[in-house]
Amino acid sequence: MPKINDVGTWLDIGPATQIDPGTARTIPVQGGDEIAVFHTMRGEFYALVNKCPHKQGPLSEGIIHGDSVSCPLHNWRISLRSGEAQGDDVGCTPTIPMKVDGGRLFLLREAVIPAPKAA
Amino acid sequence: MNVTVAQDRIEATGAPSRGRKLVVIGNGMAGCRAVEEILARDGTRFDVTIFGAEPRVNYNRIMLSPVLAGEKTFEEIVINGQDWYDDNEIQLISGDPVVGIDRAQKHVVTRSGRIENYDTLLIATGSDPFIIPVPGKDLDGVFTFRDLDDVDKMLAAAEMGGSAVVIGGGLLGLEAAHGLSLRGMDVTVIHLMPTLMERQLDEAAGYLLKAELESRGQTILTSANTKEIVGKDGKVSAVLLEDGTEVPADIVVMAAGIRPSTGLAKEAGLDVERGILVDDHMVTSDPDVLAVGECVQHRGLCYGLVAPLWEMCRSLADYATDSPTGYGGSVTSTKLKVSGIDLFSAGDFSGGDDAEDIVLRDASRGVYKRVVVKDNRIVGAVLYGDTADGNWYFDLLRKQEDVSDIREALIFGQAFASGGAALDPSAAVASLSEDAEICGCNGVSKGQVVACIDGGAHSLDAVRSTCKASASCGSCTGLVESLLALTLGADAVDSGPKTMCKCTSFTHDDVRGLIVEKELKVIPQVMQELHWTTPDGCSSCRPALNYYLLCAWPGEYVDDEKSRFVNERLHANIQKDGTYSVVPRMWGGVTSPKELRAIADVVEKYEARMVKVTGGQRLDIFGIRKEDLPHVWGDLNAAGMVSGHAYGKALRTVKTCVGSEWCRFGTQDSTGLGIQIEKMTWGSYMPHKFKIAVSGCPRNCAEATIKDFGVVCVDSGYELHVGGNGGIHVRATDLLCKVETEKEAMDVCAGFIQLYREDARYLERTAPWVERKGLDWLKAALFEDPQTVKTLAARFRYSQKFWQDDPWEKRAGGHNEKLHQHLAEVRPLALEKA
Repeated sequence: MPKINDVGTWLDIGPATQIDPGTARTIPVQGGDEIAVFHTMRGEFYALVNKCPHKQGPLSEGIIHGDSVSCPLHNWRISLRSGEAQGDDVGCTPTIPMKVDGGRLFLLREAVIPAPKAA
Repeated sequence: MNVTVAQDRIEATGAPSRGRKLVVIGNGMAGCRAVEEILARDGTRFDVTIFGAEPRVNYNRIMLSPVLAGEKTFEEIVINGQDWYDDNEIQLISGDPVVGIDRAQKHVVTRSGRIENYDTLLIATGSDPFIIPVPGKDLDGVFTFRDLDDVDKMLAAAEMGGSAVVIGGGLLGLEAAHGLSLRGMDVTVIHLMPTLMERQLDEAAGYLLKAELESRGQTILTSANTKEIVGKDGKVSAVLLEDGTEVPADIVVMAAGIRPSTGLAKEAGLDVERGILVDDHMVTSDPDVLAVGECVQHRGLCYGLVAPLWEMCRSLADYATDSPTGYGGSVTSTKLKVSGIDLFSAGDFSGGDDAEDIVLRDASRGVYKRVVVKDNRIVGAVLYGDTADGNWYFDLLRKQEDVSDIREALIFGQAFASGGAALDPSAAVASLSEDAEICGCNGVSKGQVVACIDGGAHSLDAVRSTCKASASCGSCTGLVESLLALTLGADAVDSGPKTMCKCTSFTHDDVRGLIVEKELKVIPQVMQELHWTTPDGCSSCRPALNYYLLCAWPGEYVDDEKSRFVNERLHANIQKDGTYSVVPRMWGGVTSPKELRAIADVVEKYEARMVKVTGGQRLDIFGIRKEDLPHVWGDLNAAGMVSGHAYGKALRTVKTCVGSEWCRFGTQDSTGLGIQIEKMTWGSYMPHKFKIAVSGCPRNCAEATIKDFGVVCVDSGYELHVGGNGGIHVRATDLLCKVETEKEAMDVCAGFIQLYREDARYLERTAPWVERKGLDWLKAALFEDPQTVKTLAARFRYSQKFWQDDPWEKRAGGHNEKLHQHLAEVRPLALEKA
């Protein structure tokens, strides 16, 4: 598995083709929250902390439709754009700013890497 | 090279000078358009010299596709003939490309050594085709599709006939494929992404396009990754894909994309990222050097379409003639130039939180339209089949006009949306004449529908079954509903059975029926033909459609994993902490030391946190990480165990008692029969989970009377029970029938399962299904015709030929291993050092 160190403003997490449309993949972060990167059927990419605001279900394993994902544990629908729970449910999952450039995916470093603890 | 001669020529054409010297590198659409714009503003300001790499005048590159297709000649696509250069005293130097720019000396050098001075330089080098770096890319017979030379080469090759492979299912690739196909070649398009033209089209429109091209005889391979171009004697012979498929090819056209052509600019030391960096006036990092077209990068964007180019050229000309306006970037739209296919895409159609999708699907006309509205303004549009309103939508989009007044009728197009009274759909229906046709499929008029409603049909379903309106393709459903509301008053309408989900107006039963009747074979096709109102469904309809299709078309339908719940995608049960549990199959609940040892080893090796005996007599191993699943399956497979499907809407277990072999009360071999039944039924997908039990005597130790299918052995044979459930609502089975032999018991079991598979709604267990349909219906459906059970059982066994394979085996062997792997891992340096 490729390992990524915290260099630069953006973290290059590899080619966009690694994630098929309609699916998601995960990135564990040492000392931080696991991140789920989603590729919607219409070709958009989004990244969220991989935890449903309800019971921390792994959103990366949910069914992706439109620009939301349905959590595999209790079917909460989470917006991939805002991380907000949809419908009558209330809660929010942190989003990770990302971009696609030259066919590669980049996550905003400061949103991924936990702040170093004071010694 | 003859430098002296070249210099002589410069002197010969150098005088008399009208003013400053403008040198343009690139005789394409951007370079010439920029010159045209400048001349239109001030014809005396510059002496113009244009360098073109191709030995011809300025032509319309985007019309190369019709030339390849034989629909136009080269003469017809020339924009500016030699007259234009002569009349405007433009010096055209074609066929001698510029190879260097000396910014200090302010001159350019060509391949033949010619040197030309400039006051202002304009770079319009366009873009280069992207050659994917696979082995064999340099073989004879591999072409790009960029200029007229490419077209000529392809035409020469096409005369020999044979087969062509086009790599790239974007705009360019599809146009090349169309041309070659019209020239009589067998064409295969290889596209990396699952949807054709994925940057311009959503899945639904991409599907329609693919179906249309296939019906024209092209082969379209999506999600196909080229591994190698295979050659024979230095010439192309085939294309090899990553999955091992080999497609024979006499020629290969690479149309995988374009890249801004920035080599000259880079060497000259200009600022270049993906394209040559320019400001809003198309000025590069050198104030005397301008750049325009596909070679530039403006505000972070590179454009590969023609419309932005016109806007750039206007801004450039304004600046060059001292009246700067500034270019602010472009909103682009796309049309596919393939005759007979109407396709339009503009703006951003990817939706968003506050964006609203308005979708219109008219299957009988082959039309799909989607308009995305945000804050009452159009932000994107995709049109397929009917693009007449493309320009209108694009105009509204560019002007960012408020569409709230025409919102209701927006999707029906300009004529309807602008038509005053027609704005209110129900008013539109009310104003229809009595003989206006409502349902085109069944030829039902408004008068007939109203008469049918007046006659007592007070729901959509009642109308459908009485006068057949909306009973076929369903595209008139909205009209019929409006008529119901108009005739009865909005409150009086019986809403009827619930629709499958919010994405459709059809019920589960309708959808199932129509899938078979209309021979719908893939999810996007169902969504298109049945007028889904969302672009790609939801988490409720997608798994249901996937099931209905795999049930209807065994051996044909390709399972859609992204429409499956995680348990079925990962062949294990997700638990509350995000780990998984795994249940290997134990036929009839019988196990062996070898199997127990394998399970014990797995538990230790992968640090499972619990092993538990399930209610169905199997062992459940808890706490396995997603990454470890393939290894766990591999180890269990090695001991001869296969997946227990404990995670699926599928046959789970066949619970047994020990029966006549050991039990002093046992009347038949219940364990043996249970194993036989499990060997027949395992692997089958159902509307919901399905459990079977076989008890050896009426004491019923296997609890067969609370299972979906239960066998109770008695002295004289086998009592067969159905529709039991031990879940939230405990339900004891109904006795279906009694048979004398194991063979008969197995046949009825297979027949019953198939009837349930084909009739029940997704996520409906047998208990509510049997109650809804009634035991009498069930008995009649199975036994009225003595052949029925046999026919159903045969259909079940046929389907089992395809589904009775162990999903664990493939995964353990590395199939779909992506699903189990992280994309990457982030290890902050600060933490690593600590």
